[in-house]
Amino acid sequence: MKREVVVIGGGPAGLAAAISAKRAGARDVLIVERDKRLGGILNQCIHDGFGLHRFKEALSGPEYAKRFIERLDAEGVEYMLDTMVTKLGRDKTLELSSAKGLKRIEAKAVVLAMGCRERTQGAIMLPGTRPSGIYTAGQAQNLINLQNIMVGKRAVVLGSGDIGLIMARRLLLEGCEVVGVYEILPYPSGLPRNIQQCLLDYGIPLHLSTTVVEVHGERRLTGVSVAKVDPNRRPLPNTTSFIPCDTLLLSVGLIPENELSREAGVEIEPMTGGPLVDDTLMTSLEGIFACGNVLQVHDLVDHVSEESELAGLFGARFSEGELRPLGEYTSIRPGPGIRYCLPQRVSRERDFFLSLRVKEPMRDKKIVLLDENRKRLIQKSFPRLHPAVMVRLKVMVEKIAKAKGLEVRVE
Amino acid sequence: MRRELVCVICPNGCELEVEYQKQGEALEITKVEGQLCKKGPKWAESEIKGSVRTICTSVSVEGGELPLVSVRTTSPVPLNSIFDLMEEIKRIRLKAPVRSGQVILKNPKGLRTLIIATKDIPLKT
Repeated sequence: MKREVVVIGGGPAGLAAAISAKRAGARDVLIVERDKRLGGILNQCIHDGFGLHRFKEALSGPEYAKRFIERLDAEGVEYMLDTMVTKLGRDKTLELSSAKGLKRIEAKAVVLAMGCRERTQGAIMLPGTRPSGIYTAGQAQNLINLQNIMVGKRAVVLGSGDIGLIMARRLLLEGCEVVGVYEILPYPSGLPRNIQQCLLDYGIPLHLSTTVVEVHGERRLTGVSVAKVDPNRRPLPNTTSFIPCDTLLLSVGLIPENELSREAGVEIEPMTGGPLVDDTLMTSLEGIFACGNVLQVHDLVDHVSEESELAGLFGARFSEGELRPLGEYTSIRPGPGIRYCLPQRVSRERDFFLSLRVKEPMRDKKIVLLDENRKRLIQKSFPRLHPAVMVRLKVMVEKIAKAKGLEVRVE
Repeated sequence: MRRELVCVICPNGCELEVEYQKQGEALEITKVEGQLCKKGPKWAESEIKGSVRTICTSVSVEGGELPLVSVRTTSPVPLNSIFDLMEEIKRIRLKAPVRSGQVILKNPKGLRTLIIATKDIPLKT
């Protein structure tokens, strides 16, 4: 089988990339999705707030997905469900596995849109026993919102990521007692609006600089011990207390799912956990593009869609032979105050979006883009900056036309 | 009087500082600061007078591809009515197929809102 553009993953990133690739003129575009339906994680995100930027409406996750799936069908994009990509080669051949058997596809361009997965109790080395009743927040969301299975009666949430906050409210509305949310950092990891509308609205306490130091219970969870931590995140003696509960939800971070990318030889950036990309969202391998949460963990689906449309567009251009391989790039480095920035290198041939996250919450600061001589090319003021809120800046090509090296920093 | 609020309209989550006066039963907003857009002051006023929120939950479906359909209110309802409203919604049983946008309940508990489905649930095949 041969296809112009193959998109791996049919969640929000894959949908937007495939529609965009088809509209840009790619003759045949194929999505390969391992789930039984398109839409990815949006299917279980039944809360509202999706599409505020794009549609100027607060949609639920399934409604947001439906708008894209309808467009996908209207554009005539082909998709395979219940099908897993088991191997991606650097020559852009893909091996697929489904109940119908194995398949091999040769693509002219590939868009990586596999999303991310949750960090688990093993990933954070949660001390104590291993009883049932410990779930990642997204896993509990799947059980409650898709399968009609309630997870427990009295819950503690560890970590204040957005899914954890959303699920604290969801559990409460479904009749589960929520004792509190415990965050090891001195500030919350989720968006401020979720702190308000998921916790404060319902009187759920948020305990900062506090973490779970031990899990108790043999068959089922019977409780957790929590303790305050010092600035180095070490538990403080004499602050430990026991909280009886039968359920522990973990909302402790997301990891881009790049096994296929790594195996293909795509260079991965340690700070984002996603591929290193240029201003066309092309990875280190020619003709392989990346977008959405497999590239960098986003906080807004609207940004995922916007980013993925670009990956789809450039994927289509590449497949048509219109995107010539680049000789020399200008790199963009994260400077003081910046946790990461992306793309990591640019061609200086086109405008692009610079995505970044700051290292800690700050007020009344500027984000500044400097060239190799410390000359300010772009600066923008922000009344508030927070690691939970991704910053996206449009960079016009004329601003960086002469730069040999770029650095972005907080001032 | 002064209150600090976090606007929940959009992901900016502006921290608003609101000053207001009580004039008999009525509340008058005298100052709102900290908003990045013009929706801020309007939201602050409604928040001071009584918080309203959109509610999203799910309803049982018989004979569908999934056992639940997601639903939401079409307009925000008073925060203090939410637990009553949840009780009302939990009693509903639907039969597949259900279409996204389908009205599930009209003016539950006398509230000025509809409850609509937000997902298609086709018949189980």
